[in-house]
Amino acid sequence: MEWLQKHMPKMVLAPSFMAILLFVYGFIAWTAYISFTRSRLLPKYEIEGIIQYERLAQSPRWDVAMTNLAIFGILFIVISMVLGLLLAILLDQKIRTEGALRTIYLYPMALSFIVTGTAWKWILNPGLGIELVIQGMGWESFEFNWLTDPNMAIYTVVIAGVWQASGFVMALFLAGLRSVDQEIIRAAMVEGVSTPRIYRSIIIPSMAPIFMSAFIVLSHLAIKSFDLVIALTGGGPGYATDLPATYMYTMAFSRGDLGQAASSATVMMMVVMAIIVPYLYSELRSRHDG
Amino acid sequence: MMDNLVKDGSLRQVALRAGLYAVLIIFALYYLMPLFVMIVTSLKSLDDIRTGSLIGLPRELVFDAWGKAWSGACTGVKCEGLQPYFWNSVLIAVPAVMISTVLGAMNGYVISQWRFKGSDFIFALLLFGCFIPFQVILLPMAIVLGKMKIAGSIGGLIFVHVVYGLGFTTLFFRNYYITIPVELVKAAKVDGAGFFRIFWSIFMPLSAPIVVVTVIWQFTQIWNDFLFGVSFSQAGTQPITVALNNIVNSTTGVKEYNVDMAAAIIAALPTLFVYVVAGKYFIRGLTAGSVKG
Amino acid sequence: MMKKTMMAAAMVLGAGAVMAEPQAEVLHWWTSGSEAKSVQVLMDEFSGRGGTWTDMPVAGGGGDAAMTALRARVLSGNAPAAVQLKGPAIQEWYDEGVLANINDVAVANNWDALLPEAIANHMKCDGEYCAAPVNVHRINWIWGNAQVLADANIQMPTTWAEFNAAAEKLQGMGITPLGHGGQSWQDATIFESIAVGLGGAEFYRAAFIDLDEAALTSETMVAVFDQFRTLRGFVDDDFSGRDWNLATAMVMNGEAAFQIMGDWAKGEFMAAGLEPGKDFLCAPTPGGGYLYNVDSFAMFNVEGQDKLDGQNLLAELIMGPNFQEVFNLNKGSIPARLDVALDSFDYCARRSGYDMDVASGNGTLLPSYAHGMALRGAQAGAITDTVTAFFNSDMSSADAVTALALAVKNSM
Repeated sequence: MEWLQKHMPKMVLAPSFMAILLFVYGFIAWTAYISFTRSRLLPKYEIEGIIQYERLAQSPRWDVAMTNLAIFGILFIVISMVLGLLLAILLDQKIRTEGALRTIYLYPMALSFIVTGTAWKWILNPGLGIELVIQGMGWESFEFNWLTDPNMAIYTVVIAGVWQASGFVMALFLAGLRSVDQEIIRAAMVEGVSTPRIYRSIIIPSMAPIFMSAFIVLSHLAIKSFDLVIALTGGGPGYATDLPATYMYTMAFSRGDLGQAASSATVMMMVVMAIIVPYLYSELRSRHDG
Repeated sequence: MMDNLVKDGSLRQVALRAGLYAVLIIFALYYLMPLFVMIVTSLKSLDDIRTGSLIGLPRELVFDAWGKAWSGACTGVKCEGLQPYFWNSVLIAVPAVMISTVLGAMNGYVISQWRFKGSDFIFALLLFGCFIPFQVILLPMAIVLGKMKIAGSIGGLIFVHVVYGLGFTTLFFRNYYITIPVELVKAAKVDGAGFFRIFWSIFMPLSAPIVVVTVIWQFTQIWNDFLFGVSFSQAGTQPITVALNNIVNSTTGVKEYNVDMAAAIIAALPTLFVYVVAGKYFIRGLTAGSVKG
Repeated sequence: MMKKTMMAAAMVLGAGAVMAEPQAEVLHWWTSGSEAKSVQVLMDEFSGRGGTWTDMPVAGGGGDAAMTALRARVLSGNAPAAVQLKGPAIQEWYDEGVLANINDVAVANNWDALLPEAIANHMKCDGEYCAAPVNVHRINWIWGNAQVLADANIQMPTTWAEFNAAAEKLQGMGITPLGHGGQSWQDATIFESIAVGLGGAEFYRAAFIDLDEAALTSETMVAVFDQFRTLRGFVDDDFSGRDWNLATAMVMNGEAAFQIMGDWAKGEFMAAGLEPGKDFLCAPTPGGGYLYNVDSFAMFNVEGQDKLDGQNLLAELIMGPNFQEVFNLNKGSIPARLDVALDSFDYCARRSGYDMDVASGNGTLLPSYAHGMALRGAQAGAITDTVTAFFNSDMSSADAVTALALAVKNSM
């Protein structure tokens, strides 16, 4: 009985631990293994060497996908955080219609891009959407054709991505703002510290953990962004808005080139690890010390 | 919290206040734009859509598309609309949300309050699992589901959603429970309370806000999932997102955009409903500590 | 003794016929509108013969989502009985050892005599039938708005030079010459139409079936890319991301004069109440050739007599004259069977049927690479990547052929 009590926590955690070990790490290992084979439609298990990685290095499309991930990932995370924080601060000014506005900012997170993709496509299409409407209002020379410009199309993906996630980040920050210690703020105000300064040097620094939560949620969305691209641009014009996730999917499922897909997945996982692991490590460590 | 950027009623302050509202409303329009396009299109006739501007107002309101999307649109050889698939999604989402929430709560409880050597490492492993792109695990998962004899079943889909939901649910509960002082558990232990007793009598009553957050998050993720739904289902167990995709994605057929849009909104209604109704508690739940870390 | 055996056999067979109701789970991506109605015809016939049809529709991306589902189903040991598959993908799946054999049905119903040889070969794995064809889509059609062309005094072009001249004239009148959408498969559709028109059947075979490097980097291929570049100038600026049917709508309402698209575009015109030959015109793309896309169902290995019966019944019905006629009337394509009379079909379909006969005779009946009929997915995809990158940038034709050869090599 005593033994049971002592080991209960481990036993409770064990099933989840086993599940994650097999279904996350086991599958990553499986994918890495497949990346060294010549699997096509279905997995084959004869090792053939690093041919798939050589093909990947030769592929101009993969280059585009990785560049896009960097552009999209950085802009999406930074803009969503800045916009989320800004909206949270603005909403925190005793706004009468806060409840309604909050819901409006938050609802996009409830929708998948299978649902909103077509609407976005129309809005951003120069011949149908914003450009046409604003030109119709009399501003004839107005141009907004990012969606059809191979060099700019990835930024429209950012616009739609920010639209979906920034409201959620706003909610995180708003919650954070509301849980900052009121006493300190009052004291600062008595001292005559200006409001922007209170935000800058007291409130925002005290929300550090929220930045971590927001970062995890946003980077998870950025890496998995797939529906977004498929629904909005289909990877186009050409393959100008391809991301690693869409590249991998195309290779594995529409082209029957599983080995190639596995090698791209492996590279992608390594990139993710290189970014996320140090971050998680430092965050978890510092929190223990404090 | 504050009275803040804007203090009293001088003219300058009134102008500032007006500016503030203007900014907030402009952003509201940005967020509402796609929903507006969808609703407007769903209320147009097909002729109106073919000949008019795609994002303009309808010439006359037609509600037929909604009825068709719910119970008449073809999603294959059957033309019963989204209706049957809606219930599949409910059967998948409800148990999967419940199970992953309970497991997340227990995991979070252990990791925050019953630390043992390696428990933080396990947490890190779980957390990293949040970042794995789902395309990677589709095929090995299919093999495993086949071995477990639950391929294509509702049970199989629930299982998959639970496994890949664990990272986030554990994260939420862990970050919430870690704000509860360890002394509380220590005192309870002295009183002779055991592992489950302490969870039941101390942690459960405090958990309402974070349960709301977790349930909203999980429900949204699972309800909106397409990739798992399409890969691990078979005839009769396909969720609503697959049916929606079948309605919307005709390769070489005539497109009925009004029905597409109505179907899209119907498919999104449960999650929208959850966000609108529970949104308030959502912020409250987050405020109550989930993000304090 | 003999009599007894025969009785026993009869009993077994009889019992089998009573016991096992044919069953089939069918994975397909014809999920909406006219396509769904076309498949319903098959289901009704199947049920009419006592079968139970379990529908497994997965739309999206021209079958990409369905193929994702298929792979997961096969790997989990739970394959559907019949799957919408086409082109070399059929033989690829066969090589993975998961396809069933329906040769008995094919022999009993004399498929070899009923199908054009080129098409029959697509249905065979190691010389025996493993799939049943549903229809023949012609890919290289050019569609025109009759009114607009009459106003501009332009005939349907028969050479690319004629097309260019007509397009310049239209452009001068403020009309977009070519309605085009912006998905890579649409780019590829135009590209292969130019290739067969400019280069002829031999060149097309060498480049898109044999992947002969000399053909891929030849002067002819440079000329094909040049013409492709010229067409880019005839397309409006907003084409990216546009669905093909919106491009068809542009032709319908006179915004654009032409569209190059497979014969499913016809369905879109007819749904809007327009008549072929009167309101809109159809012709093979300049330079001719016949590029086909044959949709078909392949049978996967399943267990249980009821399911095997289901597969055989399904195969028989798919090739049945009634289904072939009704289905294709709905879908805009023509029957794969040669003996179905096309009298009840519209002008464009009859033209398609006639041209197929002629092309079959003179060796210009060719599989469409853009629609997955000529090459493995990886190789077709590699070509399309280059083609769409070219169309959406200012790459030179010389660079394009080099990139094309490299991409093809890298896809092996």
